[in-house]
Formats: sequence, C-alpha cells, structure tokens
Amino acid sequence: MTFSPKVVRKDFPIFERTIRDGKRLVYLDSGATSQKPLSAIEAESNFYKFHNAAVHRGAHQLAEEATDAYEGAREIVAQFLGSPGGADEIVFTKSATESLNLLAYAMSNAPAGNRFALTSADRIVVTEMEHHANLIPWQQLSARLGAELAWFKVTPDSRLDLSNINDVITTNTKVVSVTHQSNVLGTINPLEAIVARAHAVGAIVILDACQSAPHMKIDVKKLGVDFLAFSGHKALGPTGIGVLWGHMNLLDELPPFLFGGSMIETVTMTSATWAPVPQKFEAGVPNMAQAVGLGAALNYLSTLGMDNVHNHETELTGYLLKKMLEIPDVRIVGPTDTHMRGGTVSFTIKDIHPHDIGQYLDSQGVAVRTGHHCAWPLAKCMNVPATTRASLYVYNDEDDCDALVAAILGAQKYFGRF
Amino acid sequence: MELDSLYQEVILDHYKHPQHKGLSPTFSAQVSHVNTSCGDEIILNIILENDVITSLTWEGQGCSISQASVSMMTDLLTGKSLEESETIVKSFSELMASKGTSTGDPEILEDAVVFAGVSKFPGRVKCSLLGWMAFKDASIQAQAQ
Repeated sequence: MTFSPKVVRKDFPIFERTIRDGKRLVYLDSGATSQKPLSAIEAESNFYKFHNAAVHRGAHQLAEEATDAYEGAREIVAQFLGSPGGADEIVFTKSATESLNLLAYAMSNAPAGNRFALTSADRIVVTEMEHHANLIPWQQLSARLGAELAWFKVTPDSRLDLSNINDVITTNTKVVSVTHQSNVLGTINPLEAIVARAHAVGAIVILDACQSAPHMKIDVKKLGVDFLAFSGHKALGPTGIGVLWGHMNLLDELPPFLFGGSMIETVTMTSATWAPVPQKFEAGVPNMAQAVGLGAALNYLSTLGMDNVHNHETELTGYLLKKMLEIPDVRIVGPTDTHMRGGTVSFTIKDIHPHDIGQYLDSQGVAVRTGHHCAWPLAKCMNVPATTRASLYVYNDEDDCDALVAAILGAQKYFGRF
Repeated sequence: MELDSLYQEVILDHYKHPQHKGLSPTFSAQVSHVNTSCGDEIILNIILENDVITSLTWEGQGCSISQASVSMMTDLLTGKSLEESETIVKSFSELMASKGTSTGDPEILEDAVVFAGVSKFPGRVKCSLLGWMAFKDASIQAQAQ
C-alpha cells in the first residue's frame, strides 16, 4: 500500500476543524508537538473510562487491567526501539526533559566507585546544536561537580564538526550526550564515530532522540548508544509521557533519582533498598493513561511503517527545500539537501522578523514555530537571533508545502508595503 | 483583514524608522531585558534630572511590535516627569491587558493607542510590553541612585 498523507490525515480529528475564519489547517509545527490520531486519543480516554486504577497495587480487577495496559505499553515501546533487554529496559518518565534530568541527577547521586560517579577530573561532552533539555542538565551537573563541559561545534553548513573528535572526547570523558536530529537545523548526526570514540575511552553515550524516534526506524542495538530519551507527544502520543531506554546493566548500576512509593524494595525509618529496574526509576503513581496512549500512538506509527514515514518525510523535505530556495531573500538555516536530514526546515527572510512572519502565516492558516527553539547557543552560532521553523510529519503533503510557500510570498508582499 | 489591526501603518513606520535608537554615552541607569520566549532583547538607557526624564535611548533587536513599541515609548516619555510617566505606563499596561475591549486614551497615550489592535493577539502582548517593562525597571534604578 502506498503511503498517503491525505488518508493518514483522516485519522486525526483536529484536521476536521478550520483556522482563522474558515481556513484549512496547515499544521507545520510537529517539531514542537505532533497532532494525535483518534486511536491514541481513545486509548487514553478509554483507560480513564474503563480501566482506571493505580498500577502495581490494589487487590482488584481494575488494578489488574490498569497494570496490564501500562505494562503492555512498555512492551510496545521496547519493540519500537528494538530494546535488546525487552520491556524491563524501558523507563517511563513524564517527558524527555525528565529522562535527561533523571540521568544527570542520578549521576549526582552515584557513590564513589560507581561507574556513574563523576568528579572534577572528568569531562562531559555535548554539542553546540543541543536543545536546552540536553544542554542545561549537563551544564549544571558539570557545575555541581566542578567537572568540565566540552562540546562539538557546528560547521557553517550545519553539520557537527567531528574533525577534532579526539580532542573533544578526551580520555577523561565520562558522558557524551548528543542529539540524534537537530530540532532547529534538521541535521541528522552521524553517530558511528562518536559512539566508537566514546566507548574507546570508557564513556557512556546518551542519545536525545526526540526529533528522530518519531520520524525514522530506531534500533538501539544498531545505533550502539547506551541510553536514549524521547517524548511521547512528539510521536503522536499524549503529553506527560516520556521514555528513557538504557542497557539493563547500566540501569541496574545507575542510582535512583526520584524517591518515594513504588520504587522501593524494603523500607525502615532510617534506610531503604530499591525495587528492580525499571520500577526503581518510577516513583509515585505514573502517568498511566498517557503511557497507554503512547502505546497506541507507536502502534499507529508501526502500522504505517517507520521506513515509509521516513521516506515520505525525506521526499517532502526535498520538495519543500526546492520550493523555498526559489524564493528571493529566503535563507535556509540548516542543510539545503536531504542527505542526513529530517523534515525540520528553519529559515529567515530578509528584513522580516520571524515573529512577524509567523503572525502572517497564522493569518493564512499555516502554523509554524518562531524564536530560538530552545537552542539559544545554536541560534547565536548560526548568527540568527531567531528563525521561523516549519516541521513536517506523516499528515503533511505537498499542498501544505505549497501553502507555506504562498504564505511566505504573501508575507513579503504584506510587509514590503512600507 | 484582522491582521491590519495588528500591523497598523504607524507601527510599521516606527519599526522601519525607529526613534531614539542608539545608546547615549552616559546614563542614570542602564537595563537589559529579553523576551525569553522569542529571544527579543533591548538595552535601555535613562537619564533622569530632577525627576524629569531628559533622555531615553535604546538598542535592540526583535519583531516589529516589540521594536515599534520601544520606539514609540521613548518618543512619548522623553521630557515627561516621573509622575507623568507612571500615568502613561499604567494606561498602556491597561490597554495591553484589555484583550481588544479598550481603544486607549489618546490624551495620555497619543500615537501609542494603535497598540489597541495588538491587545487582541495574546501572543504579541509580551512583545509590545518588552520596552515598557524595561522602562519601569530603569526608572526605579535611576531613582535609587
């Protein structure tokens, strides 16, 4: 069956509404959050309607059903990522931001001798294109420990500069945390060299997959990384649910971060021991309905086929880039071809501020994001105070790209009046 | 078109031809403010003499709304007493909080009543207030000197 975004769109109730006085909704802001298929919305609401109970406790049928649904979602995520250790390697969090903070704070809790115990002699490596969620936790962990933070720079053609990889990932590097795909540039980062060098010096590799896991086939074994984080709401699922995957031996050694109910094995007034992974990292009653909704969303994506999703987005990105490059005074902030690139297209237009462009596009029913996209250092490095960002997904088609291009031309005319 | 109530001619005119842009070499106080959601930023210098604002100059980058608003504000407040400026700032803040229900008092706000249209766009209210919040901060700091 050929992939058809028009057919896909029928599964998303939000496209039944109109925008700004009857205009068709052209949603190009999936990089911020994706829209939701009816199956995910219903999975979440059906959990509340029919199965709601606290998981992992309660001696009653509802608690059993809730636990089955929640653990079933964990199984779906494990398959989606190709988790070698199965569902036990999947930790549910409230967001990818929390997943990354969990790692950084858990490392703070590591006692001497634990492989995650960092000192002021150690180095943490990120990149200049990180979202704030994968920069600030490491920046602040470095500050707490007096450790050194280093980073890969971004080249003028929007790629990671790996030319000095051995000087960045030094022998005292303990953590390398990088984004798989830039949320601003759309650049997909090559991981092989980074993973090889990091592992050669005994560092762990953490992958921020927020912008990749929803858009391409992920196989954690093939990627070779040690931990991976992504958020549910960018992958057709609900907000309030994020994922942390890690190798079992690493999750096992990593100390817990949030303490409380559900994550313990035994408790006295003065001490406690921890439940096995993943419960050790899931204190409190989790976001159960949201996990179930995410499970349905990932099933929806798997039914479409992640290779189909990726091919569709690559083709559409090529189409959009070609059209955009034909517009005078448009600068693409990111790679201008589809090689190692996702469907996030950031741009500037000479003499029109992104916020004003965004406002005009909105008046035409075209929803985009404007600003620094939570990657302020990257904006500074690319020498743009802000950009306008269009991000594509399964429900977008050439008509959407054409609508964006027409609206950009309209904005140039509108603001060119003066 | 609804958009025209936001992008009034006088706003775009101030954006293209900003007033009082370029920082004074001396100042009673200097403040730097950013809009954290979009990265717009301004630096504002104030010179206060006997409770009169004798100079307001600025540098900044941002959207037409934030930049035009600073430009118009510096026009409006230069030469005013602190007491007069308080009335004007209060009137402008109330206009921006009106969600399109107020047309603003032209006796107090003069040209700045055109921002009535901006108050209909909740996403842009912060843009229009960036310079005004900087002024509040700067005038407090200048008085504390």
